[in-house]
Amino acid sequence: MDVHALILTGFGINCEAETGNAFERAGAKAKLVHLNDLAADPAMLRAFHILAVPGGFSFGDDVASGRILANRLRYRLGGAIKGFVDDGKLVVGICNGFQVLVKMGILPLFDGDFAQETTLTHNDSSRFEDRWVHLKKEPATPCVWLKNMDSLEAPIRHGEGKFIPRDDTVLERLKANGQIALRYATAEGAPARGAYPANPNGSVDDIAGICDPSGRVFGLMPHPEAFIDRTNHPRWTREELPEEGAGLQLFRNAVAYAAKKLV
Amino acid sequence: MAERIEVAIPADRPDPAGDALASRLAEDLGIRAEAIRILHVYTINADLSGEELERVRVELFTDPVIEESALNRSLARNYDYLIEVGFRPGVTDNVGKSSVVGIQDTLGRKLAEGEAVYKSTQYALKGVNEAEARRIARRALANDLIEQWALKSREEMGVHGDAPLLDLPIVTDRSDPVIHEINLERADEALAALSREMTLALDVDEMRAIRDHYRDGTTAAHRRGAGLPPHPTDIELEIIAQTWSEHCKHKIFSALIEYTDAEGKTRTIDGLFKTFVKGATDDVAKRIDWLVSVFHDNAGIIRFDEQFNFALKAETHNSPSALDPYGGAMTGIVGVNRDILGAGLGCKCIFNTDVFCFATPYFDGTIPERLLHPRRVLRGVHAGVRDGGNESGIPTINGAIVFHERFLGKPLVFCGTGGLIPRTINGRPTETKEARPGDLIVMTGGRIGKDGIHGATFSSEELHEGSPATAVQIGDPITQRKMADFLFEARDLGLYSSITDNGAGGLSSSLGEMARDPGGARIHLDKAPLKYPGLAPWEIFLSEAQERMSFAVPPEHIDAFLDLAARREVEATVLGEFTDSGYLECFHEGKRIASLSMDFLHDGVPRMRLKAKIEPPALRPEVIVEDTDLTAELKAVLGALNVASKESFVRMYDHEVQGQSVLKPFQGADHDGPGNAGVIRPVPGSRKGIAVACGITPRYSDIDTYHMMACSIDEAVRNLVAVGAKMGAIAGLDNFCWPDPVESEKTPDGRHKLAQLVRTCEALYEVCTAYDIPLISGKDSMKNDYSIGGTRISIPHTVLFTAAAIIDDVEKVVSMDVKRPGDAVYVLGETRDELGGSEYLALHGQLGVNVPRVNPVVARARYSALSRAIAEGLVASCHDCSDGGLAVALAESAFAGGFGMKLDLAPLGLESSIAALFSESQSRFVVTVPRGKSEAFEQQLNGHGLFRIGDVVDDERLRITCRKGLQVDASLAELKAAWQKPLGW
Repeated sequence: MDVHALILTGFGINCEAETGNAFERAGAKAKLVHLNDLAADPAMLRAFHILAVPGGFSFGDDVASGRILANRLRYRLGGAIKGFVDDGKLVVGICNGFQVLVKMGILPLFDGDFAQETTLTHNDSSRFEDRWVHLKKEPATPCVWLKNMDSLEAPIRHGEGKFIPRDDTVLERLKANGQIALRYATAEGAPARGAYPANPNGSVDDIAGICDPSGRVFGLMPHPEAFIDRTNHPRWTREELPEEGAGLQLFRNAVAYAAKKLV
Repeated sequence: MAERIEVAIPADRPDPAGDALASRLAEDLGIRAEAIRILHVYTINADLSGEELERVRVELFTDPVIEESALNRSLARNYDYLIEVGFRPGVTDNVGKSSVVGIQDTLGRKLAEGEAVYKSTQYALKGVNEAEARRIARRALANDLIEQWALKSREEMGVHGDAPLLDLPIVTDRSDPVIHEINLERADEALAALSREMTLALDVDEMRAIRDHYRDGTTAAHRRGAGLPPHPTDIELEIIAQTWSEHCKHKIFSALIEYTDAEGKTRTIDGLFKTFVKGATDDVAKRIDWLVSVFHDNAGIIRFDEQFNFALKAETHNSPSALDPYGGAMTGIVGVNRDILGAGLGCKCIFNTDVFCFATPYFDGTIPERLLHPRRVLRGVHAGVRDGGNESGIPTINGAIVFHERFLGKPLVFCGTGGLIPRTINGRPTETKEARPGDLIVMTGGRIGKDGIHGATFSSEELHEGSPATAVQIGDPITQRKMADFLFEARDLGLYSSITDNGAGGLSSSLGEMARDPGGARIHLDKAPLKYPGLAPWEIFLSEAQERMSFAVPPEHIDAFLDLAARREVEATVLGEFTDSGYLECFHEGKRIASLSMDFLHDGVPRMRLKAKIEPPALRPEVIVEDTDLTAELKAVLGALNVASKESFVRMYDHEVQGQSVLKPFQGADHDGPGNAGVIRPVPGSRKGIAVACGITPRYSDIDTYHMMACSIDEAVRNLVAVGAKMGAIAGLDNFCWPDPVESEKTPDGRHKLAQLVRTCEALYEVCTAYDIPLISGKDSMKNDYSIGGTRISIPHTVLFTAAAIIDDVEKVVSMDVKRPGDAVYVLGETRDELGGSEYLALHGQLGVNVPRVNPVVARARYSALSRAIAEGLVASCHDCSDGGLAVALAESAFAGGFGMKLDLAPLGLESSIAALFSESQSRFVVTVPRGKSEAFEQQLNGHGLFRIGDVVDDERLRITCRKGLQVDASLAELKAAWQKPLGW
């Protein structure tokens, strides 16, 4: 039996093709589905094991990044997505997709209910930047997407990636649950400690990605789908790198999990 | 009543956007504000209940984690002056439009027609005085052409209270819907005056040709039969003017030219385009087999592999960018994207390239009337292209920013796009398309407003006092993105027979072109969806409102087409049908208002006859002082604006969305060395790639435009060869930007400017045929002058040459950074005393005489040998030598790789160390080769101007020995800093 991944498209989601390709390379069957087609038939979601909200500029980041798409998903598909998560299935939001998940409140999903507890907002530099960063996995995280991974290089490409929790209570809760899955780090793997450019946006506690308490719902600002081949890496012409890009492992983990538990 | 929601970050949280603005104002205007806070204002002009307003305030407009908001109450605190900036009526307001979508989603109901949200922004300034606040509003925040603004002191706000600061930007102007008949039976001067008054941009010959056409008996009879008056209607005259504009018809490139060269010999040139541009492609086409569609579509199309074709196009958007840098440039990039979307049956955009030309951002003279400071133009253009490209999800993989003082007169904004399309879809070849009689005319995408009316004719004129504000549009990437997603679905379902984009000239141009295949069209202008009421029929037809494409849809597919559009939230409207009547016919409210013979419209424009004569410029030979230590000179050249790092600008472009990136704009150990060409692998799983590069050398034009052209082509080509591209696999685009080359009272030197154009075209032909580069598309923009109040500024003659190569195996390409100590360093290609037009001389306030010359036969052989060596894996790094010369290329290669070099330039054989280091001789590379491969590399390249000059070393210093001993000795860190600082904004 195949693992099926639904890749959401439409309204300025831009990274659907490479996200779909990453899932295919990881062994899944990926289907690109327009948001309005899904909204017209939410039951369609049941046939899938993984839901991906790719990167992009949904609705031009107008009002605030991810906000308008988050609202549309919440109002039109909130129940279906809740059911999907409750069924033990996997969700990932990358970059703009992460902003969407956070703003519709699927992350951090403390008590199983959608609520916005954190946000992603303008970088401290107040600039959009395309820059490769070093990422370090939180050893204690239950995030199934990062299984057997320790660190990763990937590009960030955003203007609104600064992660801010509502308050210290939320931050402490995220920490306690292992929900801080991925942090910005130096090239040597040490914490970035907020220093630019290792922490490219000023995120609180160098947070680059978080998951829900189960580790199945995951959002991150960097783009693992942009590091699928060795030649995607900025230093592939000067370093020995494996043929396969390190970002692919993240998709492999999800597909392996789904194949084992959901299919 | 309009309701106002204000949103702000509370005072106890940082406001990064406000901080960034404060430092920009300090840099740009020298005004140091103590603090700036930015507030977002959404003015909702819709019938919402109190409960509904509260819901959208909380759920849509306010981030619960970091923002506060208020309804109809000012949130600005702790400021001295408050500025609010919003759009003028009718200007595209993307945030406002998205807000309507957000409100509808939140409330689960549609807003009524005409209900809208208007976005404006407040800037709360602390620690500035009134004069400073006013300067900030005028010179940094608002552009009067498109924006309204208000300024209030703290005290004034106390009185003003919570009332809105700006008027609701509702369009209230109503154009006269009456169709006017325009009598052309008047004398020449009166015809010229009429052309000026109506912004027709037609000359007297052309006006006479139109008059004569209406005098003709056949025309008169047709008009009687059609129920039209004997004289042209306003819409007919507007259609003709638009179709015949320089922008659309390229009249100068088609003209018959009597050309007198430097020796005084005169000959006739039967059209520059036909002779040199198409001539070159026709010649090259005999030797290559991968051309698919050239010159007649929105973009040139060539074969990529067995499955896909590749389309390429570049455009300029200069005049609008001069008036509104942000909107103009954004329109430029999303506009050229649409050329690719409309090429063949519709290609997917896979990359953008952006090349800008500005005056120095440090300009401190008086800015001529109606122009903006180059710094503001640079920031605005960059931001517009950045947002347009990033939001559309298209990576920007190559570009340049060029500075020259005469670009003060008009900035140049070149936007290019590449696209990919399956070679066949449902068994049908995708490069051809044809509207058939009976096909329905469908317009999709944005609605029509007065934006961009007369854009085509306006860009065919110099910038003058009366240049219309309506010529400026603002792009809307999301509307276009929705339309693109829709287009590919419709394409793959086979729902249309032809497609084209609505660019310059709007529907008039797109439908006029599409109607050529079937031989006519009927268009009902009152069916066109409008942004607001009150447009005259001719305005509807000519509007250049953005994000629209026109389709020819067979009647049997119309239901499926419209249904799909509705499901994708893309507005699609049937406007009429294509016919074989031989006439382009427009109707309004059932009444025929235009009926133009297709033959006259497309072929009736009289051919221009022009004279060109070279007046060789009086040039002063350069005076050079040969100092012993040239380290400081090298640092100065590295810091010259044309050489200096543009990384801070380029980082703000997404250069790897779509996941295809192979060689990025910045390379090396710390990802900060300037790459030669962008390389992508557009098809997942395939190692086949596309490399793209550009060449642009306007500084050489003041010496000789022939060599400017040759050098521009060579620069683009050697950038491609430097990464491993093969000769014979390269396609080119020529984008000309010229000052007016037609002799007249205001252009007394028109003959010389035209003669320089002729020489440029000669070089284009000679170098492209020698390199086997077909010109697959191109464009010319011929009126790049500024002329107000006795000040006339003509830009330097400029051609952007964009080149793209199909790469067989991307895993074999090389980057520009040195790789390891011990590698051998070579210069490939002869260095000559060619300092004319160089960055070095420019720094010393000189132009010089010895402009670099290209020998295309020698260079081609060298390029072939080098790309073989790269393919065989003999090369560790390769970097092209261009602006700043050899010393710059050496420094860049070294500091990008993080290893020093120990070099001796004696083998180059030059008397002058200055020439050895800074001459800009063409067709040269800096190549490093692994120790074990030097012998094989030398075998391949001997005889091609190969010079071994030293080694990569394990310390971080660049040491160059020249005639007078060790003349350059510097740490890589100081060289890199000198290169990064000037534009490290």
